[in-house]
Amino acid sequence: MTLVYSFLFSGFVCLIAQIIMDNSTLTPGHLTSLFTVLGSILACFGIYDLIIDKVGSGASLLIINFGSTLTNYAYLGFVKNGIIGLFSNILVGSSLIISSTIIIAAIITFFTNPKD
Amino acid sequence: MNKEEYLSIVKKYTPKENKIKNYFYAFLVGGLIGFSGELIKKIIICLFNISAKDASSWTSLLVILITCICTGLGFFDNLVSKYKSGLFIPTTGFAHSIMSSSLDYKKDGLITGLGSNIFKLAGSVILYGLISAFIMGIIKVIINV
Repeated sequence: MTLVYSFLFSGFVCLIAQIIMDNSTLTPGHLTSLFTVLGSILACFGIYDLIIDKVGSGASLLIINFGSTLTNYAYLGFVKNGIIGLFSNILVGSSLIISSTIIIAAIITFFTNPKD
Repeated sequence: MNKEEYLSIVKKYTPKENKIKNYFYAFLVGGLIGFSGELIKKIIICLFNISAKDASSWTSLLVILITCICTGLGFFDNLVSKYKSGLFIPTTGFAHSIMSSSLDYKKDGLITGLGSNIFKLAGSVILYGLISAFIMGIIKVIINV
């Protein structure tokens, strides 16, 4: 059943993004930033964790989850160690996505040439 | 020719996109990415017998790897321009933006090209993600006190 929920939720979010993009002058860069901020607002009230429990990978693969993870770990860090904890913990959960993307992209760039 | 006339001529010759088709593709492709992510996660859990959290991390890693390889081989750009938000709202969009800017600026050298331009497109996501996470983290602390 989570397979169907994944399909519907992921498709629905992409549909909303496409509707916003077609009816305004926003670019993909605007939209990804907008959805990241939306994710951190949803995580602030604990809504996105409930969605991930219900939907699974369909929710955790979206860019919304990036903002949500940042906010959750910032909160955990503040609870554990105050302001220092907030700054030192904020990137812990998203480190997987950021560092793996940079390292994989750099390695592949060394071995390929752009096609024009 | 004044400005209004020029704008009306530009508007006349701007190609009109079929919006319904765009919506359909975005829904279908975005849904398929979520569906295949969940499927990969379930297969990984069955095969290697690890926790759901680790399995979703492996799924993200696999999706990023596939996206970077496809962008490097050169056919992911066409897919993005065809399916639009179906591909840039999932993690594939983030990986694609880093990968394509690093490929584009490779010719300018390793430091001044690749190194200083790799975050050209993805930088906005990280910047606004961090600022909003900082503010919302503090608000969450205030709410939960």
